[in-house]
Amino acid sequence: MNDMSPDKKERSKLAKWSRRGFIGAGVLAGGGLLIGIGVRPGNPVGALSPKVAGAGENLVNSWVKIGADNIVTAIVPHCEMGQGAHSVLAQMLADELDADWDKVRVQQAPTDGSYVVTDTARMFVAPFTMNAADWIEPTWNGLFTQIARMADAMITGGSSSIRTTGQHSMRIAGAAARGMLVGAAAQSWDVPASEITTENSTLIHKASGKSAPYAEFASAAAHQPMDQTPRLKTPDQYRLMGKSKARTDIPAKINGTAEFGIDAVPEGLDLSYAAVVRPPVPGTTVVSMNAEQAKTMSGVLQILNMGNFVALVADSYWQAQQAINTIQIEWSRSESPILTMDDQYAAFAAALDEAGETGGDEAAKKGDAQGALASAATTIDAEYRVPFLAHAPMEPINCTAYVKDGKCDIWASTQVPLMARSGVAETLGISANDVTVHHPYIGGGFGRRLGADEMSMAARVAAATGYPVKMIWSREEDTQKALYRCADLARMRAGLDESGKLVAFDHAFTQRHDPAEACVPAMYDIANTSVRVAPAELHLPFQAWRSVDHSQQGFFIESFIDEAAHAAGADPLEYRMEMLKGSARHVAVLQKLAEISDWNVETAEGHAKGVAMVESFGTIVGEVIEVDMTSGKPRLVNAWAVCDAGYVMNPDGFKNQIEGGIVFGLTAAMYGELELEDGAIKQSNFHDYRMLRMDETPNIEVALINSGDVPVGGAGEPGLPPAAPAFTNAIFAATGKRLRMLPVAKQFA
Amino acid sequence: MANFVLNGQAVTIDADPNMPLLWAVREKLGLTGTKFGCGIAQCGACTMHLDGDPIRSCSTPVSMAEGREVTTIEGVSGEAGNGDGLASAIQAAWISEQVPQCGYCQSGQIMSATALLRDNPSPSDDDIDAAMRGNICRCGTYTRIRRAIKVASGQAQPREEEA
Ligand code: FES
Ligand code: FES
Repeated sequence: MNDMSPDKKERSKLAKWSRRGFIGAGVLAGGGLLIGIGVRPGNPVGALSPKVAGAGENLVNSWVKIGADNIVTAIVPHCEMGQGAHSVLAQMLADELDADWDKVRVQQAPTDGSYVVTDTARMFVAPFTMNAADWIEPTWNGLFTQIARMADAMITGGSSSIRTTGQHSMRIAGAAARGMLVGAAAQSWDVPASEITTENSTLIHKASGKSAPYAEFASAAAHQPMDQTPRLKTPDQYRLMGKSKARTDIPAKINGTAEFGIDAVPEGLDLSYAAVVRPPVPGTTVVSMNAEQAKTMSGVLQILNMGNFVALVADSYWQAQQAINTIQIEWSRSESPILTMDDQYAAFAAALDEAGETGGDEAAKKGDAQGALASAATTIDAEYRVPFLAHAPMEPINCTAYVKDGKCDIWASTQVPLMARSGVAETLGISANDVTVHHPYIGGGFGRRLGADEMSMAARVAAATGYPVKMIWSREEDTQKALYRCADLARMRAGLDESGKLVAFDHAFTQRHDPAEACVPAMYDIANTSVRVAPAELHLPFQAWRSVDHSQQGFFIESFIDEAAHAAGADPLEYRMEMLKGSARHVAVLQKLAEISDWNVETAEGHAKGVAMVESFGTIVGEVIEVDMTSGKPRLVNAWAVCDAGYVMNPDGFKNQIEGGIVFGLTAAMYGELELEDGAIKQSNFHDYRMLRMDETPNIEVALINSGDVPVGGAGEPGLPPAAPAFTNAIFAATGKRLRMLPVAKQFA
Repeated sequence: MANFVLNGQAVTIDADPNMPLLWAVREKLGLTGTKFGCGIAQCGACTMHLDGDPIRSCSTPVSMAEGREVTTIEGVSGEAGNGDGLASAIQAAWISEQVPQCGYCQSGQIMSATALLRDNPSPSDDDIDAAMRGNICRCGTYTRIRRAIKVASGQAQPREEEA
């Protein structure tokens, strides 16, 4: 391919790059080399300094500043929502910079177009550019910085921070800054740059015995030429990367000082508080309301009919919520014919009926699945279904807004601060430059905070009242009136030859969002595959939910592979191994998994193990779950996971993410379900939308394999997809009962 | 008017006696370390101590605190700490085991753990389950919380950071 001109396909990919597509997508693993660009064209430190640097601090390039006290601060464009990106991105920059880790700090980049995540955007829309030759790199960098700015691409999602911004921005920025410091010292000491070495934030010229802290040359360094393609370290030279450095955000999170969006208390502002009620059935609006009682309640300041929601502003959130609960609202009738989950599943079934055995949109095709099914020695078929799920982040949805003199300030926990800024500007009819978005720590995202609606709602309320308002959604509002992981129905058929080998696989379902490859069991060697989508209407609005399509496809595919293994009379782990023979990485993961989970050792009476494996967001994860069925109900005993992400930057942080992904996946598998009644969601809070708790969580052991030589994989999402199928496969192993729908608990009630 | 002792300091606030302690402390007294998660005593994010016992402050009216001692995460932490070193041992274990992810539930987790270890310096797994099952962690840090409680109570060795 000619580096200069993207071919037609890539052009159309660029054209199709919508914000939503970008948000929802897991960023695909792109090229193999660590060449990217972290430094902004033209090194705009002059314009940026007032935004990010304080007194005595010198910005060397966009991503790093050095204080007079020799403190190195990494300016990180991604949000911190528990995934550890702040800390690990700083680790990567500091390593390339040879900075003293004890003197490294992290600063959240401001909500400003200068801090778009160019490389996250780039890897998604044009992965083919990630391997560009040095001479063309500055061109791509300039182009994608422009594109990312246009799309407000300041996004945290897709398990992408480390493998995009980390690999292709922070490391380059660190290495480039190091080169600039060396250049400045070489000039001042009048020695060749090649004779200067660096360690622990110190420049050293051995021959002359000269040495100086980085701080001494930080200001001069900013004027040095900046190498856009500096030489990066190889793994044997890493000092910080690959080490389990303690996360920098943790100390504040254990003593109550960490500030989340909901904690915003803007200085000098006297806040009022808003509670809101949104339509119980999506898309409906307020027809009338009776707020007589609310008006008389103490603390109530204003009651606002905003058309698509009602807001009540009071002196305290509690008063606002109490009062709004008394308002009777009549909502317009919904057009949706779907009133119950039976209706929703019937809509899915109708679409699949119409597609039949060969119809629908082709998602993947290899060989002749229909022909191979017809001639197979054994065929099996099954229908699987999964329900709608809420994200339920621990921090309820909230936003503080103040609109004054045509300007607006927003404080919010958001995964997309720049999009929030544009959304608010559009809502208020003002320029984005007049909107300032402050975004502190996020109390859980999981995809829920990839939209800007809440910020626009708060801005409307603040504009209507004229004073600063903190809007807080009750837990019930967020459970019932938000955006959701989609429900779906899948029909699968498999053909086995005489030896039991899987030779045909046909998979049809109705919901396909991102990543596009989630529905294809590409890692397995199956000669004939057909994957088809028969799109059907969703009653509830979709939102990317941790691991997106992998969350349902992992369950569909890995359960059905298990069915095939049992139909073949084979051990489910061996059966998978056989189909993965062509990939040493996958085989190694399964071998290690068998080893740490004692797969071949007899389990205790009433216990059984199940296995599943999914490759997602660039990381291969195999999991084994052990259940205890002695009481007749499933109890989770142990979970083992083996992950190959190519190279892990912070092993303990990575494990924490995998552990979290497993608990998230098992929570959904055990309890997760939203039901509909008259088109509205029935479940409302943690008593009926249950979470796994301490006493229900299995022991978890995670092992990592650094197979190297491949692009680095993600951490936040890949732990989730294998959890549900490994769990239900274990239940099958224990009881012979195949669970083809979720959640599990109610099937043993 | 409500009068109680907050983290060792006498406070008087003008609040509806039915207002939950959570909101009185967060909004009227400005201590935001205690979190709102569910509002119905299901998640434990709002855990405070009332005369030393863990309570769900989202479902405890200020009137119940009248004349009593209320302790929040800010109260057990740092200089203002309770002096018995327990909370600092717990917080040190939370760091060595790198427990938090988003961190939003962790004030509540630490308040529950502090109450547990005060009454039971060497809790078993079942004791930990019983004391901690009221605290949800949506990020799923339960196995680390369990380990940190064992480290804090001297039943396990802290994790060593890889140099
Ligand atoms: S907010 Fe009090 S228990 Fe959830
Ligand atoms: S650390 Fe996020 S909810 Fe517990």
